[in-house]
Amino acid sequence: MPDPILQLTDVKTHFPIHEGFLVKRQTGTVKAVDGVNLTLARGEVLGLVGESGCGKSTLARTILQLVPTTGGTIVLEGKNLTAGSSAEILDARRNLQMVFQDPYASLNPRMTVYAMLAEPLLVHKVCPSAEVPARVAELMTLVGLAPRFMQKYPHEFSGGQRQRIAIARALALQPRVIIADEPVSALDVSIQAQILNLLASLVKKMGLSLIFIAHDLSVVKHISDRIAVMYLGKIVELGSAVEVIERPRHPYTRALISAIPTPNPDVERARQRIVLAGDPPSPVNPPSGCTFHPRCAYAQEKCKTSVPPLVKIDDGREVACVRIGEI
Amino acid sequence: MPLLAVNDLRTYFHTRNGIYRAVDGIDFSVERGETLGIVGESGCGKSVTCYSLMGLIPQPPGRIESGTALFDGVDLLHCTPKQARAIRGKRIAMIFQDPMTSLNPYLRISEQLIEPLLIHEKISRKAALARGLEMMTAVGINDAEKRIHFYPHEFSGGMRQRVMIAMALITKPELLIADEPTTALDVTVQAQILELIKKMQRELGMAVIFITHDLGVISGLCDRVQVMYAGKVVETGDTRTIFYQPKHPYTRALQRSIPSLQPKGSELYTIAGMPPDLSKPLPGCSFAPRCEFATDRCRTETPALSAQNADHPHACLRAQTGEI
Repeated sequence: MPDPILQLTDVKTHFPIHEGFLVKRQTGTVKAVDGVNLTLARGEVLGLVGESGCGKSTLARTILQLVPTTGGTIVLEGKNLTAGSSAEILDARRNLQMVFQDPYASLNPRMTVYAMLAEPLLVHKVCPSAEVPARVAELMTLVGLAPRFMQKYPHEFSGGQRQRIAIARALALQPRVIIADEPVSALDVSIQAQILNLLASLVKKMGLSLIFIAHDLSVVKHISDRIAVMYLGKIVELGSAVEVIERPRHPYTRALISAIPTPNPDVERARQRIVLAGDPPSPVNPPSGCTFHPRCAYAQEKCKTSVPPLVKIDDGREVACVRIGEI
Repeated sequence: MPLLAVNDLRTYFHTRNGIYRAVDGIDFSVERGETLGIVGESGCGKSVTCYSLMGLIPQPPGRIESGTALFDGVDLLHCTPKQARAIRGKRIAMIFQDPMTSLNPYLRISEQLIEPLLIHEKISRKAALARGLEMMTAVGINDAEKRIHFYPHEFSGGMRQRVMIAMALITKPELLIADEPTTALDVTVQAQILELIKKMQRELGMAVIFITHDLGVISGLCDRVQVMYAGKVVETGDTRTIFYQPKHPYTRALQRSIPSLQPKGSELYTIAGMPPDLSKPLPGCSFAPRCEFATDRCRTETPALSAQNADHPHACLRAQTGEI
């Protein structure tokens, strides 16, 4: 990639499991994120999809250094976030912001919109304190809220408006990269479209890079340039959004896409669906070899033993499946 | 005679800030073995409709102002508590949206699963447990013999929803009300649960009322669809008719706002404005303030649910006169 803004190399986030009442001892590890390589170009929207528990949110939190990495490096505009001191991380965080899933939980109910949006400006001393109200008003206009609502509390807004406040808060410090963790899952279909339009226009207008996490593939396809599919802490397929959705290669991506119900009765009733058996396996005790093999229709003996690396295939897509040439 | 016939149901909530007309005069019926889908945005009254039928509306603040709901000859809204108990949980069962909060965390799955049987049938505990085990296997829980004695926290979301389905179907109901049963689940698990509901419906021949806001889910599952807006039914008809020849502007708008049907990268279609405040009087058509086809007549005259075509009634004045 010519000019990556964010580069993840072999990022690992493991959580120890402690057991015991008086004497705690470590009995295992949850490998929530296990060796992720990813680059994000300037102005790019990268969609990150997968079932719950596959490590999407942990990866987002790891990039922001809200949870410490176990291994690997995260480089943002030449600065290694994993090796820096806390002062450096604090400084880098200005350029890296997050929008959370539930706008009912991510806003402090005791703070007015003004207080929430002014706080990052004051903490990072972005502008003289006299200019703060004007800047807050500007931010609110940017996300489509009337500045006259400045002194209102979150409970006075609807879900869609709250998500707009959360987006304004993320934009307050003029970041380079925004990570949106399921920003529309908690919203109604008609409100979802409004928030997606807002995000898409902000990316264009401000030249932002966006990591968009969701489990709804049709939403991800619409907004993203590239899509990465995660399964059990690893990326199993990575490619351009249209290609991945329309011509999925990895068996897991195929199953995931076939599970989406289409709003078209004739098509929906006629098609053959790949229904995956069971739940995703526990990351505490993942299956050997390719972690998808117990649910995979194409699994063979070799899938149980060798861990497939993410390799580039013909059309620039990256897929982690040993049988990719055969199926 | 239909299995369930609801007539002019009105459920209002009397709060300090006014009267919320959550369900404001709806009529519908469900035939035996049929699947009816109810779609609409949050707050349109789809859940309150079903809660009213099951007697789950907290009173006060809620009150069922008028209407009848005849289930096989018994009016669910006006029958004695004893009659209601004989039907609820036995002949009509319900599954809820959130499997994380609708199971009792203090009770083992086995206790919760066989409770409806112990209440509604003269059956020994041992026989009930055997039926429970059979049901757990039928809904696709492996290793049911061991797992039936687990607590809810030991199950994943999809498994819990399977348990909920097993619990609802254990008395072999004639009507299952499913209130957004897959909204909290992953797409892969959603596909499993939808297949399961279809399979159980085939085996037991029961009718299903399926509430959702996802038109995609409706398209593969339901025979008929009913679209609700602001406490009223705005359009109802056969699934294919609703998808291929929608009449009401709200149904069209809902369909147009689905991302997968729109060209990639373009601005997504959105419905302007917000759903109306149900505590305020709504003169005319309740969708008129957001409707791109609204005329002055729409703002003053309340449309009734009727049409030249009795199979596909809708509540849009302009569509009824053939203008749009």
